[in-house]
Amino acid sequence: MWIGRIARHLAAFVLTTLIAGLLGATLVRFGPGFEADEQQLDPRLDAQSIQALRDSHSQERNLLSFYAHFLGRMATGDLGFSRSLARPVRELLSERAKVTLRLLATGLAGGWILGLALAVIAVIFRTPLFEVTTAAASSLFLCVPTAVFALLLFFTNGPVRLAIALLIFPKVFRYARNLLADAYTQPHVLTARARGLSEARVFFWHVVPWTAPPLLALAGVSLGVAFGAAIPIEVLCDFPGIGQLAWKAALARDLPVLVSLTIVVAAVTQLTNSASDLAVALCHRERR
Amino acid sequence: MNRARNIAIGVLAAVFAVSLLANIFAPVPYAMQFRDFVNAPASRQFWLGTDELGRDRWSRLLYGTRISLLLAPAAALLSTLMAVLIGGIAGYRGGWWDRIVLRVIDIFLSIPWLFLFLIVRALLPLNTSPLASVILTFMVMGLLGWASSARIIRAGAQSLRHSDLVLHARACGCRGGRLLFAHIVPNLKPIVLAQFWISIPTFILGEASLGLIGLGVGEPLPSWGNLLRELANPQAAMSHPSMLAPLVVLVIVMSCFQLLLSQKEFAS
Amino acid sequence: MKRLLGILALTASGLFAQWGGELRFCLRSEPKTFNPLMVEDEASETIRYLTGGVLIRVNRQTQELEPELATAWKISARGQSITLQLRQGVVFSDGTPFSAEDVAYTMRALLDPALHSPTGDAFRSASGAVETQVLAADRVSITFPAPVAGLERLFDQVPILSARSPKKEAAVLGPFAVSRYTPGSEVLLERNAHYWKMDATGRRLPYLDAIRLDIQQNRDIELMRFSRGELHLINTVDAESFTRLAQQAPSQAYDAGASLESEMMWFNQNPNAPFPEYKKAWFRSKNFRRAVSAAINRADLCRIVYFGHAQPAAGPISPANRFWYGAQLKPHAYDPKEALARLRQEGFRLIGDRLCDREGHAVEFSLITNSGNKARERMAAMVQQDLAAIGIKMNLVTLDFRSLIERISQNLRYEACLLGLTNYDLDPNSQMNVWLSSANNHQWYPNQPKPATAWEAEVDRLMQAQASTVAREKRKEYFDRVQEIVADEAPFIYLVTKNSLSAISPKVQNALPAMIRPQTYWNAENLFLGTAQVARNAR
Repeated sequence: MWIGRIARHLAAFVLTTLIAGLLGATLVRFGPGFEADEQQLDPRLDAQSIQALRDSHSQERNLLSFYAHFLGRMATGDLGFSRSLARPVRELLSERAKVTLRLLATGLAGGWILGLALAVIAVIFRTPLFEVTTAAASSLFLCVPTAVFALLLFFTNGPVRLAIALLIFPKVFRYARNLLADAYTQPHVLTARARGLSEARVFFWHVVPWTAPPLLALAGVSLGVAFGAAIPIEVLCDFPGIGQLAWKAALARDLPVLVSLTIVVAAVTQLTNSASDLAVALCHRERR
Repeated sequence: MNRARNIAIGVLAAVFAVSLLANIFAPVPYAMQFRDFVNAPASRQFWLGTDELGRDRWSRLLYGTRISLLLAPAAALLSTLMAVLIGGIAGYRGGWWDRIVLRVIDIFLSIPWLFLFLIVRALLPLNTSPLASVILTFMVMGLLGWASSARIIRAGAQSLRHSDLVLHARACGCRGGRLLFAHIVPNLKPIVLAQFWISIPTFILGEASLGLIGLGVGEPLPSWGNLLRELANPQAAMSHPSMLAPLVVLVIVMSCFQLLLSQKEFAS
Repeated sequence: MKRLLGILALTASGLFAQWGGELRFCLRSEPKTFNPLMVEDEASETIRYLTGGVLIRVNRQTQELEPELATAWKISARGQSITLQLRQGVVFSDGTPFSAEDVAYTMRALLDPALHSPTGDAFRSASGAVETQVLAADRVSITFPAPVAGLERLFDQVPILSARSPKKEAAVLGPFAVSRYTPGSEVLLERNAHYWKMDATGRRLPYLDAIRLDIQQNRDIELMRFSRGELHLINTVDAESFTRLAQQAPSQAYDAGASLESEMMWFNQNPNAPFPEYKKAWFRSKNFRRAVSAAINRADLCRIVYFGHAQPAAGPISPANRFWYGAQLKPHAYDPKEALARLRQEGFRLIGDRLCDREGHAVEFSLITNSGNKARERMAAMVQQDLAAIGIKMNLVTLDFRSLIERISQNLRYEACLLGLTNYDLDPNSQMNVWLSSANNHQWYPNQPKPATAWEAEVDRLMQAQASTVAREKRKEYFDRVQEIVADEAPFIYLVTKNSLSAISPKVQNALPAMIRPQTYWNAENLFLGTAQVARNAR
C-alpha cells in the first residue's frame, strides 16, 4: 500500500515536471523573437551567413521533436548546449546554483525570522503606534523594488543578500500578523485563556497550531517568490547565479537553458510544496 | 485605533479625489517638456521639480496615481478572487480535485510567464492606446497572479474543513457552495486580506518591469511603476530627492490600506 | 605633426615607464567565444584585440594604416590581390615561430564558407575561391575572385593563428594571452613573454604584467568601482554618468569628440508591410520624410539626452571618420515651418491640431525601439513631442531586442524604428549590405528584387562602382555622392552622432583616448601604471 502511494506520487511528480517543461518550451518557441538574432543586423554578414544563422534554429523549430530529444538526452544527464553562452547547460547550472542558493537561503531565513518576530510582537503589544509603524515599514519594503534595495546595499557596502529578506519579511509579517490576530479571537483560544493558562502555553499550544497550516503553505511558496526576486538582484548586481542565467537565456531565447530551468524549477517547487503539504497534514493529524 | 482608521480613510479619500481630478490639480499637462528646465529642483513653478525631459513631476505624479490606484487594486482583486475560488474549492473538496489543482498550481508557478507577456505584446497592434495597453497588462497580471495565494488559501480551507464550525453548519443541512462561500471563505478573511494587500504593490512594480518588454504604460503616460523605475539609479535618486515622491505616496497609500484592512481584528 | 608628437611622447614615456602591474577594467558581458575568427560581440572583440597579432593595424588616433606583423604590402592594380612582406624573428606566445604558413592557414580558416565569420564575410566581394600562396617563409600572397575595396584595412580585424602550435587559438601574437577565464566573473590576460614589440629602450613590451577584465553589466556599479579606484578605466561611458564623473573628477573624464556611433530612425517602406496603403504612401514620400526630419530638434536631443556630448548627425559617416566624412553635408535644420510647407506640398493639412492627409486620415504612426536603452527612450519621447507640434501623433513602443529584430528583419510588422548604428570599419565598403537595394540590411526595404526607386538604383550603381575601384580618392567621390543622395532622400533620418566618452584613472600612463574603438586601450602594449606625471598625452 505504501509502495503504491509512493509510486503514484512519484508518477505525478514526473508527469507534472514534464508538462511544465513542455508548456515552458511552447511559450518560448512560439513567443516573438525566437528565430531572431542580433547578428542579423551586422552589415558585414552576407546573405549566406544570415541564412545559416536562421538555419541554426532548425533543430528547435519542431517543438515536439526537440522536446523528445531533450528528454532523451536528459535521461543521460545531458541538458543540452546553451547557444547564447556557448557552454553545456549542466555546467552552467551547477556553477551558478551555489550563488543563488546562498542568496536564497540568507534571504528566506532572514525574512522569515524578522517577519515572524514582528508579527508576534505586533499581536502581543497591539498598540496603535506599533501598528502604524509596522504598517509603514512593511509598506515601504513592499513598495521599493527589491533590486533597488540590493543596489543601495551594494553601494553602501552592505550585505546584498539581505535584499531578499527585505522583500520576504513584509509578506510573512502581514500573513502571520493577520493569522495570529485571528487565532486569538477563536473560541478555543478564548476558552484556554479563560481557564487561566499562561500566555506562553496559549500561544504555543493553541495559537500556533491554528496558524501553522497556512503559514507552512506560505513557506512553500515563498521559495518561488524569493527566486523571482533573485532574478533582478542577480542581474543588476552582476551576481553570476541562476537568476542571471534565466534572464540572459530569456533575452536570448535560449531554448535548452529555459527548458532545463523550467524543469528544475518545477521539480523544486513540487518538492518544497509537497514538504509543506506534509507538514500541514501532520499539523491536522495532531489537532485531531 | 479608530482614530488611526479614520485618518487612513481620510488620507485615502484625499489621494483618490486629487488623482481623479488630476486635470484640475495638475498645473500643466503631464507630457509637456520644459526643455529649458531639465532636472530642475522643486520650485514655485514646479512643485516637485522636473524630470530628465523637463516634465513636471507633480503633474506626472497625479496622473500616475490615478492609473495605478485604480488598476492595481482591480488586478489584485481579480487575482485574489481567483485564488479564493480555486484554492477554496480545492481545500474544501479535497480528494482528486485537490490533487489536480495542486499540480496545476505547481505547473503554473514553474512556467516562464514572461513569454506569455511577449506573445500578448506581439499580438497587440502597435498603435494600441497606452491606456488600453495598461488595462490589458494589469488584467493579465491579475489572471496570472493567483497561484501562490491559492495554495495558502487552500491550506486554510483544508484546516477549516474539519473544524467545529463546519461540522455545525453541516449538521444544520448546509452543503456545497453555500457551506464554502457562507462559512469557510469568510473565515479565510485574514489570509485573503493579506493577499489582497500584498498584491497591490506587487502588481504596480510588475507593471514597471513589463515596461521593459513593451507592455505596461507607454510614453508619455506616467504610472507609479514607471516613476519608481527611476529609483533603479540610486545615485541619481540621491541627487534629485523629488524622485522619491511617488514612493512616499505609494507607502502612505499602502499603509492606509493596511490600517483599514486590519482594524477589524483590533475591534474584536 | 600630431603623429610626431605622439611618437615623441611615447619615446619620452618609455624612458620613465614603470614595469609591471595589473590593469583592471570591465567587460559588459560574457565573452561568447575565444575563437578570434568568430568574434561578433564586444567582449570577445576586446579579448581578440588584446591578444591577437595582426598584419596591418589601423592607428586609432591617426586612422592611418601601420605595419604590424607585415612590414610592407602591395595591392595589385586591379585590387584583387595583396602581397605581404612579413616581419622576421617573431614567435607565438608558446614559442612556435611565425611564418607565411600561419598567414595562409588563418586566411583559409577565415574564408571557409562554412565558418560564416563576420570578419571573413567582410573580405567576400564575390563568390569564388580565395587563393593563398606562400611565396617564401616571410612572403605571402592572397588573391580574391573580385576586387576588395579597402582591402588592407580589413586585416586590422584578423589576428593570425598558428598553423603548427598544439595550443591552437591559445597561441597568440598579441601583447597579452588569456591566462584564466572564470565564467561570470573575470578573464585574466597575462603578458606575452614573446611579444615582438620593443619599447624605446629596447625592452620587450608590454609594460603591464596583466590585464584583468571583470565581467560587469551594471554601468552604475562599474562607475562606482572606478570612482573607488577598483578599476583603471572605462572604455565607453554613457553621457549621464560622464557628466556626473566630470563634476566629481574632471581630470578622469575624457571626451574625445565624435565617435562612430550614431542614432537614426527610418520608416518601413516595404510594399508588403502589413499596414494600410495610405500609410505606405506617406512613408514613400520624400517630402514626408524630410518634413519629419525638419520637425525634430536635434540640438535639444544632444543637449538634453546626451548632456551636450553629442552632435547633430548629417549622414551615415561620422565626423570622426576623417577621410570618408562628407564635410559638405549639414544636418537637417530644425524648422517646423519648413516641415509644414513640405507636408502641404503632399496634400497634408492641419485640422485643428491634427495633421491629416488629402484623404482625411489623421497622421499617426508607431515608432519602435529597444527597451532598456534610456537614451534612446528619451530621444523617442522628445521626437514624439516635436512631431506633436506639427500635428503628427507618434506612438512609442519599446520592445525587447529580439522582438524588435524579428519585426524589422522578418515579419515587417512595424511602421517606424529608432535604432543606433555602429560602424566597425572606417571604410564604407563594409556598409554594402545596407546601401545595396538587394541586401538584407537595407532596412527600410530589404531584399528588393530590383531597385524600387531611381535614387536607390543610383545608390546601387555608385556603391558597386566604389567597390570595384582601387583609387581611394575616386572611391570617395562615389561615396560622397551616395551621402548626398541619402541626405536628400532621407530613407534614414539621422539624429545624433554620439561623442566618444571614456574614464581613465590618473594611474594609467600613456593613455591616448581615441574616437574609435577601442578608445582607451588601443595602445595597450604602451600603457603602464604609475604615479609619474609623464607628458600626459597629446590630446
